[in-house]
Amino acid sequence: MATKKSPSGASYVGGGKWKEIWRRFKKNRGAVIGLIMLAVLAAVLLGAPLFVFYEEAITQNMEFMLEKPSAAHIFGNDGYGRDIFARIIYGGRVSVAIAILATICSCLVGSFLGAIAGYFGGVVDSVIMRSLDIFMSVPDILFTMAVVYALGANFVNLIVALTLAYFTNYVRLVRSEVLTLSEQDYVEASRAGGAGGLRIILSHIIPNAIGVIIVNTTLNIAKIIIYESTLSFLGLGMPAPQPEWGQMLSEAREFMRKAPHLMFFPALSIVITACSVNLIGDGLRDALDPHLKS
Amino acid sequence: MHKYIAKRILFLIPTIIGVTLIIYLVMNITPGDPGRSILGSGVSQADVDAYNHLIGYDLPFFQKFLNYLKDVFLHLDFGISYVTKQPVFHEIWPRYIMTLKLAFIGMVLSTVIGIPLGMYAAVKQYSPMDTAASIISFLLAAIPTFVLGLVLLFFFALKLKWLPSYGIPDWSGYIMPALAISLPIAAQNFRFTKSSMLDAIRQDYVRTARAKGATEQLVIWKHVLKNALLPVITQVGMSLGLLLCGAVVAEQLFSIQGIGSLIVERITYKDEPVIIAGTILISICFTVVMLVVDVIYAMIDPRIRAKYTKTSKR
Repeated sequence: MATKKSPSGASYVGGGKWKEIWRRFKKNRGAVIGLIMLAVLAAVLLGAPLFVFYEEAITQNMEFMLEKPSAAHIFGNDGYGRDIFARIIYGGRVSVAIAILATICSCLVGSFLGAIAGYFGGVVDSVIMRSLDIFMSVPDILFTMAVVYALGANFVNLIVALTLAYFTNYVRLVRSEVLTLSEQDYVEASRAGGAGGLRIILSHIIPNAIGVIIVNTTLNIAKIIIYESTLSFLGLGMPAPQPEWGQMLSEAREFMRKAPHLMFFPALSIVITACSVNLIGDGLRDALDPHLKS
Repeated sequence: MHKYIAKRILFLIPTIIGVTLIIYLVMNITPGDPGRSILGSGVSQADVDAYNHLIGYDLPFFQKFLNYLKDVFLHLDFGISYVTKQPVFHEIWPRYIMTLKLAFIGMVLSTVIGIPLGMYAAVKQYSPMDTAASIISFLLAAIPTFVLGLVLLFFFALKLKWLPSYGIPDWSGYIMPALAISLPIAAQNFRFTKSSMLDAIRQDYVRTARAKGATEQLVIWKHVLKNALLPVITQVGMSLGLLLCGAVVAEQLFSIQGIGSLIVERITYKDEPVIIAGTILISICFTVVMLVVDVIYAMIDPRIRAKYTKTSKR
């Protein structure tokens, strides 16, 4: 990597913005730990069919009921004798998939609305923002509960419900980003140069707003994982027999006295997943905007 | 100023109607009708239709919605529960008070814990105290309320037997649920206060004050705190939404007779009037608190005052 001196005297590394961000990201120990944790997690969840079968997660086997961790069942067995390890893996696959898809959907819907509100302003902006105020007045878990109840709990409906609860963040974020960016001199210059609305959005607004959006998206995935597990804890997650971390914990609660290990592994899975995603998000934030770093 | 407050209070009306509309609309997607649910499956379809006609269920959607609004806001009539066959309001009110109590205790706790710690951590950045609080607040951001509650339940009720694990027999029953809902919010308040303080500390006016020879104490209390704590007020108000959500979960976990546990219980019985009423009541509480926060903010921040006297843009 060639290091050049810029006229102002500050050194910069060649290779573009993303390489520079990656360089700063790598220096952040927490973020790298988070990335490694997430990579291991992703490998385990994606490669699951190679070493455990879905049947093990749902087959009830009363002779192993509440068994402690052993060589055959490394995390032990739950109240119905099902293998906890398999349940965690297959529960995690579904929870993480829902969280990622719901985040992407809410990012797309929210960014679109926010960009429209910020770019057109005036009446369009007022209508979108006022309806958003109303939307945000319903505490989100109650809203998700209502939507899941009304539509019925399944994979697609959970994504819809979580999207409806989370797209509001993006509307505000992208709107304020667009508002500040469209006042920048380079946008003014490009407009003076005859660039149209679409060109300004594609070549100036989106590239400059994308950093904030990525950071928020990362942090949102962790939030939605927590949310989704809360929903399934309350009995509004995926229908049985599909295991889920929250639902495993709600079952484990009944065996708290006899078999506390039932609680341990699902709780740990949620916390580790959310932690690693948050570590990456914080690292990305610091890497994208070094000024914010304290 | 009065104009702003009046405007803000007036906006409460469309907001509450809008909230009611959204919830009513969502709930109308589900199949099933009140006649069948209240009279049971042993009654003929003609009787069910007659009942639905009597309560106006066969009217067009907006007609129905307007009637519902009128019943709710003029007569506090949320309909009849499909399960108990009693008026929803009488059943839900004591539970509503319970949930509010829990959420407000959580609000006080999270403010009292989070904000002073955040202030301290910003002033003494990189001190062991700051590092410890930052790590704990980072961990708390990744722990769902129900997991925290389960951990508390396991140690304090089951192992140590210090606190009751079930319901609220006396004041000690509030400790665990209040902690479970307020600690994650306290962590959030901590992070927010700290970064707001750090932001303020780096401002030019702080440098000016220091350059003029003001003592560190004077700089922090007069220049930094005054500016840094303004956004924190909004943050505390917004956190009520999360605390109410937390209360819903904590009620379920600690078997507390609140609105959250009621909604979760009635979802299994498809008791729509109760679910709608509970969701609306909680949203109204949140809306009103946000209004109070906005008004307080406008009263103490001269910049907002100035903005609203000149232009009404944004």
